[in-house]
Amino acid sequence: MADLAIRLRRVVKRYGVITAVAGLDLDVPEGTCVGLLGPNGAGKSTTMRLLTAQAIADEGELEVLGFRLPQESKEARALCGVVPQLDNLDVTLTVEQNLLVFSHLYRIGRADRRRAIERALEMAKLVDRRDTRVDKLSGGMRRRLLIARALVHRPRLVLLDEPTVGLDPQVRQELWALIDALRNEGTTILMSTHYIEEAQRLADTVLIMSHGEAVASGPPTELVRKHAGAEALEVYGGPGRLAEVEAQAGAAGLRTRRTGTSVAILGVGGANGYAPDGERRPANLEDVFVLLTGEEIG
Amino acid sequence: MAAAQASQGRRLGRLERSAITGVLVREVVNFSSYWRSATFSSTVEPTIYLLAFGFGFGSLVSRVGGYDYVEFVGTGTVATAVLFSSAFPAMFGTFVKYQFQHTYDAILAAPVDTEELVTAEALWIATRAGVYGCVPMLVAMVFGLDPAWGMLAVPFIGWIAGFGWACFGIGVAGFAKSIENFSYIVSAVLTPLFLVAGTFFPISQLPDWAQMLAELNPLYHTVELVRHAAFGWEGWTDVARVAFLAVFGVLMWRIAIRAMVRKLVD
Repeated sequence: MADLAIRLRRVVKRYGVITAVAGLDLDVPEGTCVGLLGPNGAGKSTTMRLLTAQAIADEGELEVLGFRLPQESKEARALCGVVPQLDNLDVTLTVEQNLLVFSHLYRIGRADRRRAIERALEMAKLVDRRDTRVDKLSGGMRRRLLIARALVHRPRLVLLDEPTVGLDPQVRQELWALIDALRNEGTTILMSTHYIEEAQRLADTVLIMSHGEAVASGPPTELVRKHAGAEALEVYGGPGRLAEVEAQAGAAGLRTRRTGTSVAILGVGGANGYAPDGERRPANLEDVFVLLTGEEIG
Repeated sequence: MAAAQASQGRRLGRLERSAITGVLVREVVNFSSYWRSATFSSTVEPTIYLLAFGFGFGSLVSRVGGYDYVEFVGTGTVATAVLFSSAFPAMFGTFVKYQFQHTYDAILAAPVDTEELVTAEALWIATRAGVYGCVPMLVAMVFGLDPAWGMLAVPFIGWIAGFGWACFGIGVAGFAKSIENFSYIVSAVLTPLFLVAGTFFPISQLPDWAQMLAELNPLYHTVELVRHAAFGWEGWTDVARVAFLAVFGVLMWRIAIRAMVRKLVD
């Protein structure tokens, strides 16, 4: 069995009366990309903060790259790169100056500093923007710089907290390419996201979180097969029609979920089942996500 | 396995030089983008005090406490400059970096602990305060303050006082819930300390109880030390004043660290 880059056991983190993380188990094997998928408030960001000891767990065991947290967190952080959800670049500095600062914070020796910065500039495709001040960059470039900054010291483990939140589709695709390149280099990645497509495309394993707990985990295709079956049937219609379809499907022992404009009936593979008129499509991770985390966000 | 391998690796200690250097590099690189405004506010303000009091009051009273009034104020406002370039940037800068720029989240995700972060920030502000603190004295020289060898100690006096005030400011920012709360500290703590420090008038004019309280005012000891650096040392009394500033610095340093750990680590 491969060594684990991250190992969490029964981790609990409370803020007053709110339990943000409620007994979480999480394994991230070295060299894989694991996606933490969950609705807002599921505990993803808190989990990320626990991994850098910016939050201290109330209960449970945490190990990052073999170091126990929080006691040995500094050793672990030296080998990790962190891409935060909120942009915290130094906006009055240039692209290159931002990378220079982090080459010092991550203790890159003088001899390697120049090369490390060049490499990060190349990865983020910002070579010709090196002298541009950050507040003059586009949103996509800033995000790429934020990722490059986390890679300047060639970390063994990269933590990405909602890497593409709030970005347009073109920029998102650029970032996916960047993350995929990192994955192909063998860097271990833990990525939190609430974009299902992002998890499906990038993650080897997805862990679905809800209310601070893991509700399912596995490779995306397996999760879909296990929880949503092979095919779904989308039935469109007015609110009355949708409610009727839901009731009938329920009576036939089939699971449904609302998509907003339709009702999706899951597990409609069998020939004898209830099958009103609708569009058949392969079941997807979004079906699993909604089934497991609930239709409404509490 | 993984755990066994890792525990053979070097354990990183507290207050590591490389962590402190990393935070200092960030400050120095950032300083290159805002040094003009920082230098302006840290030097022009005390200079205005110096000129206003020096010439305004100076026309009414020519000698105070045995010195020409310009000499008296020129040395006294060194402490003002130190305060303005340490406590204020520490309070506002820390709060902005924490609350609005989220800079500290980025730094603490790197191998830097809060203790190292606070220490480096205070060292940096103290160094700036030591340099900016000399400005009023240099301006006063233009208006007749005689140079003295002892003045070479003034940057050091400014540094040690500035370290304490920087930590004071970081601590205030750590405890403050909002930036508006700083008004309480400025009005209730800094302004009174600033006025009863012997900067503009000798504290011997004040009632006994106020003179006793002044002995607890780090700003008063800074003023006295700077004057003695310019006009002649007072032996053990001055050593005791340096010791007082050192204790003030260490105490504020620990308080600042505690405040920021509470603020930055959930």
